[in-house]
Amino acid sequence: MISNEVGYNSKVEGEVIVTRADSVINWIRKHSVWPMPMGLACCAIELMASAASRYDISRFGMEVMRFSPRQSDCMIVAGTVTYKMAEVVRRIYDQMGDPKWVVAMGACASTGGMYRSYAVMQGVDNVVPVDVYVSGCPPRPEALLDAMMKLQGKIGNESSVRNLSNKPEPTGVA
Amino acid sequence: MIDDDFVKSLLNGRDYLSFKHHEDCLTINCLPESLVDFTKHLRDEETFDLLVDLTAVDHGDGAEKRFSVVLHFYSLVHKSYLRIHVLCPDNEAPCIPSVSSVFPAANWHERETFDMFGINFLDHPNLKRILMWDDYPYFPLRKEFPLAGIEVPLPAADVAEVTGADVDPAPMMGGPFVASGNSRMSEAEPRAKDESWTEKSEKPL
Repeated sequence: MISNEVGYNSKVEGEVIVTRADSVINWIRKHSVWPMPMGLACCAIELMASAASRYDISRFGMEVMRFSPRQSDCMIVAGTVTYKMAEVVRRIYDQMGDPKWVVAMGACASTGGMYRSYAVMQGVDNVVPVDVYVSGCPPRPEALLDAMMKLQGKIGNESSVRNLSNKPEPTGVA
Repeated sequence: MIDDDFVKSLLNGRDYLSFKHHEDCLTINCLPESLVDFTKHLRDEETFDLLVDLTAVDHGDGAEKRFSVVLHFYSLVHKSYLRIHVLCPDNEAPCIPSVSSVFPAANWHERETFDMFGINFLDHPNLKRILMWDDYPYFPLRKEFPLAGIEVPLPAADVAEVTGADVDPAPMMGGPFVASGNSRMSEAEPRAKDESWTEKSEKPL
């Protein structure tokens, strides 16, 4: 008999999968990203659109938007970061548990955008480490979804086990 | 009906007022010490009971009186606007009385005007900055303040220490995007002035 089955066959392999711990941990992490919508301006509207039915961010396992930093692991900075708000962004970032990632959504969060002004921080990467930058003013939901898929790719390549043992001292301010 | 008779009756017996010609709406100069009484009169007797806007103008360093505060009122009976124009007496520490006891809507407007121009509103219940953080040392809408800003420390010292960030002047590459100001606004299309300064060409002092 010719088997059409591809991949895992429990009868043949005895309910055992051989893999690396990194792969398993990263596989789990990247399919359950819990975003923290740091909505600061109009980008937040597009962020809401990407969560709604037409674009449906839950196809990628990240529909669980949490408004508490303690329940989330990916901060989506959506909007203009003023110098007054930068402090708050950093404090919220520090309250998120490890591992955590940051997406700078849109021109303002990435570079200050059109606000070449005394009041606006020229890129949120001045206060938090950014993993993915999204261009656009505001970016379309597809662009955000693409960024989140890129973030998944980045999570998939992390050395998660080594990071656990080499964990740096926390430098939080919260 | 807002006509010459109305203006005449408004100015009659009030030597602290004077007429100021403007194309768009009736404008009255008022001395600061009588501002509160006059706004109360406008609200209670003349039906100008809606404070639409309160802001200030910086006439520049050369002006005899540098700052003036401008109040816009609307009357739902007359269906017309009225503007009060108050020159601040002191150029160094400009101050005028607060009208927030008459119009509660003025409270936040006056805080914003204080924040941006540094005009003190006497007897204001809570005169502190509303947009910038409390210990910000400058008044951003004054003429001498550059659009890009001035370097100061970040509001939170502990965040600044961890991140090494501070408040930097914004790069002006390709901007600011403004009208030239030499001709009529309808003809002068706004253009980028390109006050650029980069790693190669330093920012002019």
